[in-house]
Amino acid sequence: MMKKQDLIKQLRKILAADAVLHEQEDLKPFECDGLSAYRELPLVVVLPETEQQVRDILLLCRREHVPVVARGAGTGLSGGALPLADGVLLSLSKFKRILSLDPVARIARVQPGVRNLAISEAAAPHGLYYAPDPSSQIACSIGGNVAENAGGVHCLKYGLTVHNLLKVRAYTMDGELLELGSEALDAAGYDLLALFTGSEGMLGVITEVTVKLLPKPELAQVVMAAFATVAEAGNAVGEIIAAGIIPAGLEMMDRLSIKAAEDFVHAGYPLDAEAILLCESDGTPEEVAEEVAKMQAILSRCGAISLRTSTGEPDRLRMWAGRKAAFPAVGRLSPDYYCMDGTIPRRELTRVLHSIEEFSKEYGLRVANVFHAGDGNLHPLILYDANQPGEFHRAEELGGKILELCVAVGGTITGEHGVGIEKINQMCAQFKETELQRFREVKEAFDPSGLLNPGKVIPTLHRCAEHGRMHVHHGQVPFSELPRF
Amino acid sequence: MQHIIEQFSQAIREAGDAGSPLRIQGSGSKAFYGRSTQGSVLDVRPYSGIISYEPTELVLTARAGTPLVEIEAALAEKRQMLPFEPPHFGSGATLGGCIAAGLSGPRRAYAGSARDFVLGVRMLDGSGEDLRFGGQVMKNVAGYDISRLMTGSLGTLGLLLEVSMKVLPVPAQELTLRFKLSESEALDKMNQWAARPLSLSATCYHADALTVRLSGAVAAVNSARQKLGGDEVKDADIFWRNVREQQHEFFKAAKTLWRLSLPSTAACITLPGQQLIEWGGAQRWLASDASADTARQAVTKLGGHATLFRSATPVDHPFQPLAVPLLEIHKRLKQRFDPHQIFNPGRMYPEF
Ligand SMILES: Cc1cc2nc3c(=O)[nH]c(=O)nc-3n(C[C@H](O)[C@H](O)[C@H](O)COP(=O)(O)OP(=O)(O)OC[C@H]3O[C@@H](n4cnc5c(N)ncnc54)[C@H](O)[C@@H]3O)c2cc1C
Repeated sequence: MMKKQDLIKQLRKILAADAVLHEQEDLKPFECDGLSAYRELPLVVVLPETEQQVRDILLLCRREHVPVVARGAGTGLSGGALPLADGVLLSLSKFKRILSLDPVARIARVQPGVRNLAISEAAAPHGLYYAPDPSSQIACSIGGNVAENAGGVHCLKYGLTVHNLLKVRAYTMDGELLELGSEALDAAGYDLLALFTGSEGMLGVITEVTVKLLPKPELAQVVMAAFATVAEAGNAVGEIIAAGIIPAGLEMMDRLSIKAAEDFVHAGYPLDAEAILLCESDGTPEEVAEEVAKMQAILSRCGAISLRTSTGEPDRLRMWAGRKAAFPAVGRLSPDYYCMDGTIPRRELTRVLHSIEEFSKEYGLRVANVFHAGDGNLHPLILYDANQPGEFHRAEELGGKILELCVAVGGTITGEHGVGIEKINQMCAQFKETELQRFREVKEAFDPSGLLNPGKVIPTLHRCAEHGRMHVHHGQVPFSELPRF
Repeated sequence: MQHIIEQFSQAIREAGDAGSPLRIQGSGSKAFYGRSTQGSVLDVRPYSGIISYEPTELVLTARAGTPLVEIEAALAEKRQMLPFEPPHFGSGATLGGCIAAGLSGPRRAYAGSARDFVLGVRMLDGSGEDLRFGGQVMKNVAGYDISRLMTGSLGTLGLLLEVSMKVLPVPAQELTLRFKLSESEALDKMNQWAARPLSLSATCYHADALTVRLSGAVAAVNSARQKLGGDEVKDADIFWRNVREQQHEFFKAAKTLWRLSLPSTAACITLPGQQLIEWGGAQRWLASDASADTARQAVTKLGGHATLFRSATPVDHPFQPLAVPLLEIHKRLKQRFDPHQIFNPGRMYPEF
């Protein structure tokens, strides 16, 4: 590998001097993403603004064997954008133009650094919006959304990022331009657009994204139901779906997160409930009235101790505000929190929450749960204090146990935040070596040099052996009594 | 059932050792699609049956050899459906063939495609290894999305054993309307209407008539009907089934059938021949003797691609040729998933 000074010199031939950062204090803001427990200063940060520059940077790094990590807004929660000490951090933050928005074709062509919410804002005058709405949508970039296949509270009805994309332009580590998908509804050959979505910046650097826009529903209304037990709330979710309703949003919060959210934003949540459900309907006014009536009936029948239906847009937004601010709200209860992201078949909810409670006692750390109940995506938030020696380590171990439980009940270790560096050990619990090998080979097919975001997502054989040993040491395979899927 | 997997796996290993290709096949209902291939038939149908179906989870998992009709009947019993409305093209169509071909029906532009509803697969790779990707849950970003990669790969990357699908409730109400319009008027209308919340679930334009299906809550369908006007079509289910299964008169008369995949707003296509337009303008069927070059040039200019869907004589390139960097990635993926090149070699492209 070439020396740092030589690399900077070469990069300055491609970029303006102020687009190549290398002083310690300039590098600092890039040392971590939203998972701040992991930090590393990169060798250099580059801020390109044209595709040609991206390509030239990649070609230079490829030639000189310098690893590259792409970064959007840095809100990722799994350390996907964690820099490498001997690598270049390639920030897409200057790619923030909306290139075109066609209200008739209902598509927007945007640069990867555009914020998720900015797309819906630009589409709003045409009565359109971009559906996937991660809670981080005011900050996160569309490039990062594609890289993580981000979801949001409305994705049960409207799909994840992968369902709302038409086309991606990306450069491979070899500097080749890939055009994946098209402005039609499909493209010839393998579905590489789907394969690329959620690939966590390991297959190529995204330089342009074309998304679908949807007509904005005329009206949305939310019903909040409180329950005396988590089991009843979980059952109500199943009943709503069994009745043929696909709510626009279907979220659950447990006692600790209700309290945290209520103290923080005063959303009017009932503090005597063990769980609340937020159940949204959208569509024409007639349609919403019909669906809300059905939801209310089902929720009552399932034992809701109180029901409240939003009375207007400000009221609806207030009711959602508590859920949307759940992470920071829980953050106020404790110096630090650690956000997990497992998905489970919904029928397992009661059992999983029960086990989480037991783990919580075992490790002496509180856990608050928020749940995308409609699609089974659970976010346990583990409260800890990084200043207490060993607490972060305990939080991480507890988190690992929760994820392994998700796998054991037929779910997955990550629903939307990605594997990154964080869940790399749990990949060994979810996949066998032959499956992990296929992942390595997909990576090689796009990036034979292995220089793009190396060390993320796919554990090495060695790492799994180590991780496996750790668990065998504690007993047998975790949750050996449960059937494997 | 495990013994069937072992038999498949052994057949794959033997084929690999002998370097003799396999033709993965269900009922053969989609044998016309893609390039013809050589090799001994590996019939997936013995591996059949629904493994699990949880209506409240909106998830169904079935073995690849399961007849689609069996799956659709089980779903219908619970008032649910495969939202992408897959074409069968034959009474014996299997789930495996449906996903391997990756074809979607009339609802596609409004509900999503086959790959949009695939949640996970179990498969055998070219070494006969039993692998699982994705899962039975709706949100899953652990590792690369290999189950969606498998969808539409025409059996060139592996043998599908089991597929988990997201399913949806059957809409409470469906209604079909018809309008007399010219082609360009119909294209405009389909795009304008799709930009409004009107509960569209299918569109078809042919012979000066635009047929539109509305699906959803009773109130929503009724209010959309008020807004749109048009004449209600009787026996609409038969009409849409005929479009989906290509039993409509247009398809029956077509000797050479092109599938043009285009941006929905692309202008009228001026190639010679008859057309039937679906998916709000994004899928245009063309019965035409136009040469492949002519068809592809016209469509590429508009940002789309052209597939020679059915033809009387075999052709070398039914699918639009790939850009070089993409072709290289396809070849590398094939090489790694199927190192002995035994799965349907050449079914998609001559190169892999
Ligand atoms: C408070 C909070 C709430 C959140 N809520 C949600 C939620 O509801 N749903 C959800 O899905 N996520 C959520 N997230 C996680 C996060 O916002 C998403 O993962 C988001 O998609 C990351 O986008 P980003 O631009 O910040 O990407 P970054 O963090 O910068 O990067 C994420 C990954 O993408 C890669 N990447 C970024 N840009 C590119 C590019 N142009 N080309 C190639 N690779 C690239 C990086 O290498 C990295 O691996 C939340 C995060 C926070 C902090």
